[in-house]
Amino acid sequence: MRDLFAAVMLFAIYSLVSASLFAVLDAGDVALTEAAVGAGISTILMLVALSLAPRHEDRGRGRNLTALVVVLVTGATLIYATWDLPPFGAADNPVHQHVAPYYLEQSYEDIGIPNVVASVLASYRSIDTIGEVYVIFTAGIGVMMLLGATRRRRRKAGTEVGREESSQ
Amino acid sequence: MKTNGILRVVTRFLIPLIMLFALYIQFHGEYSPGGGFQAGVIFAAAWILFALVFGLDEALAVIPAAAQKALASIGVLLYAAIGLLGVILGGRFLDYTPLIPGAPQGAQQAGIVLVELGVGITVAAVVMMVYTLFADRSRVVEEAQAEERD
Repeated sequence: MRDLFAAVMLFAIYSLVSASLFAVLDAGDVALTEAAVGAGISTILMLVALSLAPRHEDRGRGRNLTALVVVLVTGATLIYATWDLPPFGAADNPVHQHVAPYYLEQSYEDIGIPNVVASVLASYRSIDTIGEVYVIFTAGIGVMMLLGATRRRRRKAGTEVGREESSQ
Repeated sequence: MKTNGILRVVTRFLIPLIMLFALYIQFHGEYSPGGGFQAGVIFAAAWILFALVFGLDEALAVIPAAAQKALASIGVLLYAAIGLLGVILGGRFLDYTPLIPGAPQGAQQAGIVLVELGVGITVAAVVMMVYTLFADRSRVVEEAQAEERD
């Protein structure tokens, strides 16, 4: 796959399929997020980034054996780790034993809204969510510092040129 | 894309609907799937659609780059302010119960709505900001190339 445009489109389709999978699993909030962010905004942002770059991937020369070894070892480790996972959907899994039962049973009494995801995100786990907002804000600042600086410098250069011209 | 009549008409029809849907996702998030994050992204998508069809300059006339930066900060500050308000009124950080004395459920719901609003504003502003920076960047590169050619 050397055509980056096709790669971006495949990535969008992959996100949309994931969103459908989440919808099938009754995770409406996650499906909505995946469809809006993964399939929608990420695709647009990657296309805008692609408009700055050549359309075809520059493959470079030769084969990178180190990369192959790293990928194989990491993949094998991850597959080995999945053997220790608890069985899918079992009621006595650790994830169902910790705070989740309290949230599910007490959410309506505590907060009075039917969407448990909203009450967990914005109330029980509010500090996690504020951290998430900080992450998004920081990401925006990062992009601004990387891409916003040149324009200002160029504009300054432009005004200097203008001044020289006006003095002449 | 500015000359394509069908695109322009359909976009004009769609943008209000997308924005309305974003507001629905934002303020109905307690009852149906949704919340500030998704709503912010969908709202920004409506703006980006406008920018794609009518041009970045037209879109920046609606929401200028400075307003995007300000809104991104306002959302984060709103979230943090709700948290600090709970501390001032005698609770812990991001504890909504003291916001409305005597009505713990109402206080929780008010806290969730305000906090989600902060999330929505920040996400929408940051997504618009990132799009603006990338789209503007391509123009800067084009200008530089044009100058080199001259």
